[in-house]
Amino acid sequence: MTTELSISDTAARLKAHFGEGVAPAGDGLATSPELLPRVAGYLRDTAGFDFDFLDMMAAVDYADRFELVYRLLSLKHNHTLTLRVNCDKNKAVVPSLAGLWQGADLQEREIYDLFGISFNGHPNLKRIVLWEGFEGHPLRKDFKDGAYGAGD
Amino acid sequence: MALATEPFILNIGPAHPSTHGVFRMRTTLDGEVIVDVEPVFGYLHRGIEKLCERRTYKKNIPLTDRLDYVSAINNNWPYVLAVEQLAGIQVPPRAEYLRVIMSELQRIASHLLAIGSVMNDMGIFFTAFMYMFREREKIIDLLEMVTGQRLLYNYMRFGGVSQDIPTEFLPALAKFLKVMPGYLDEYDQMLAENEILLSRMKGIGILKPQTAIGASTSGPVLRGSGIKWDLRKAAPYSVYDKLEFDVPTGANGDCYDRYRVRMEEMRQSLRIIQQAVEQMPAGKFQGRVPLRIRPPAGEAYAQIESPRGMLGCYLVSDGSELPYRCHFRAPAFLNLTVLRELLIGQKLADAIVIFGSIDISMGEVDR
Amino acid sequence: MEIEGERLISAEEIDRHEAAGIEALRAASREPIPDPDAWLSTEIKRNLLFTTVDYAINWARTSSLWTLIAFTACCTFEFIGTSSSRFDIARFGMEVVRASPRQADLLICGGTLTWKMAPQIKRLYDQMAEPKWVVAMGACAISGGIFRDSYAVVPGYNRLVPVDVYIPGCPPRPEALLAGIEQLRKKIRKESITQRR
Repeated sequence: MTTELSISDTAARLKAHFGEGVAPAGDGLATSPELLPRVAGYLRDTAGFDFDFLDMMAAVDYADRFELVYRLLSLKHNHTLTLRVNCDKNKAVVPSLAGLWQGADLQEREIYDLFGISFNGHPNLKRIVLWEGFEGHPLRKDFKDGAYGAGD
Repeated sequence: MALATEPFILNIGPAHPSTHGVFRMRTTLDGEVIVDVEPVFGYLHRGIEKLCERRTYKKNIPLTDRLDYVSAINNNWPYVLAVEQLAGIQVPPRAEYLRVIMSELQRIASHLLAIGSVMNDMGIFFTAFMYMFREREKIIDLLEMVTGQRLLYNYMRFGGVSQDIPTEFLPALAKFLKVMPGYLDEYDQMLAENEILLSRMKGIGILKPQTAIGASTSGPVLRGSGIKWDLRKAAPYSVYDKLEFDVPTGANGDCYDRYRVRMEEMRQSLRIIQQAVEQMPAGKFQGRVPLRIRPPAGEAYAQIESPRGMLGCYLVSDGSELPYRCHFRAPAFLNLTVLRELLIGQKLADAIVIFGSIDISMGEVDR
Repeated sequence: MEIEGERLISAEEIDRHEAAGIEALRAASREPIPDPDAWLSTEIKRNLLFTTVDYAINWARTSSLWTLIAFTACCTFEFIGTSSSRFDIARFGMEVVRASPRQADLLICGGTLTWKMAPQIKRLYDQMAEPKWVVAMGACAISGGIFRDSYAVVPGYNRLVPVDVYIPGCPPRPEALLAGIEQLRKKIRKESITQRR
């Protein structure tokens, strides 16, 4: 966006509040799943940040972890911030942000459907684009396409 | 005498003439009033994001066309922008202007279809639709002159566009720009102060600004609620910072405002195209692109203002020829977050109009 | 939701029921339905009386094919473009599109078919009254098209319904769609009421 938000300043402010749980990562900040709702709430409600718009949420399946990428946008100040959360592949549970931003609702359901990451506290976590009995989560790298007869 | 009624579940869709694509709404009705709505997605889920991981970068461009098939050129743009960001490919100025001209033409065509469809849903039964399709055919002719395709153009490439405009394009475009405002006036004459349209659209489906922001809506849905947010002004990409245009907003956030926002945006698009044609320099239509596209490992996010809202592409590359992860931020999908809130308490007939005014395209919603 | 002892079916049950239908249909659609091509060179030996009747009935059938509204994706807009004033499908008597399958006789398969949508299309086809025809419009309808290797896409409508005419294109131009409709009409003209459909 047109206004640049200084990552180091933001990280410093958040560190003062949340300690070592928040650190700069790439072009944004990284935090842990446990701290995520509080950090996100702080970013939404604090003057000077005012991230009232959740632009995008995406999940990526890396070799050793799932990474959730949140992109926050402030309509008032016209700045953005990327928040990253890593979660374990075997126990993929992350707190839901649907209570903070309603826009997270459908996106979390989609990530649950396609990746299998569960969101604690989501009002209606069930499959959205695939049907109830579908086996597996297609966007994972280890999803066996042939097993589901793609192109058969 | 009090009548005892009980709620019943009515299934609207997935194959229904009024649901812009295959979309299902399980409504619980009490008489004619909607008590609860459960939207069911996924009837057009083709797994585009997974397919993107299996094709090389260039092969994904036609796949992105099929996301929001109503405005196909706009869908290529965030994807090629993201790859250009990752790979460091430069775009020459002529190509930027060509991209802008084609995208704005596509925006007009998409809005014509959006408005025509919602008029159709209200029962005008094809009159407004046919009129708007007459203009849409003119735009499709122009786009076909350049790209060779009528609906899914596959026009943008990394570093520019796939081909330059032929000599007959600019005179034809000038003719179109001269007559189109007259046609827009014709629609306003038919529709803007129409009694039936006002009674069916004014005060229906009011979306409050706070709800709109919290639900990540964008595009005419957000602007209809009074929030002046347009990516072409807020975070200008390409050459939009050199072009002058206004961003229309609505006052109340009802269906009528969203319709007016779309009509005004069409006029602003005509302004943009006029300026772009005047400012467009001569030169190359595609920058230097390596033979094999292998962007360095990293990630990029690029966003544009499509007719439905902010369309974005989040691209993760691992240094190989195939993308590692390609996620599309689909505006129509996110705009549907507010559907349940807008529909509860409305009558069934109004529900169809509200749904039409959100203007979705199922290819984008389900991906 | 409880109401006086009578229980409304819950959303989970609807979902499970739908999923069971999808899985059953998927298991039953492993092979495409073969296209009968005997009709191409058919010389039906018929009674003179039937020939005139056949001619009249086929003329009526070809002149007013009513399409069912059951489009899924992008090809919809090429069909709509064909119905619009420029290409004007009304000159073929086809401007009527019916939402109810009982009143339609042509199913134009426009757009990619996903397994989630497949039971609905099969149901619509089954509900259409005889005589009925199916036209597969576009690459996705013929074979799954650009999405063939996806986990959720049916590789062609002929897994579910017998297709009469295949129209290639992505999407097919309105002229191509009209050419395909003309092929279908040629096929209809060769039919006879003595044949069992």
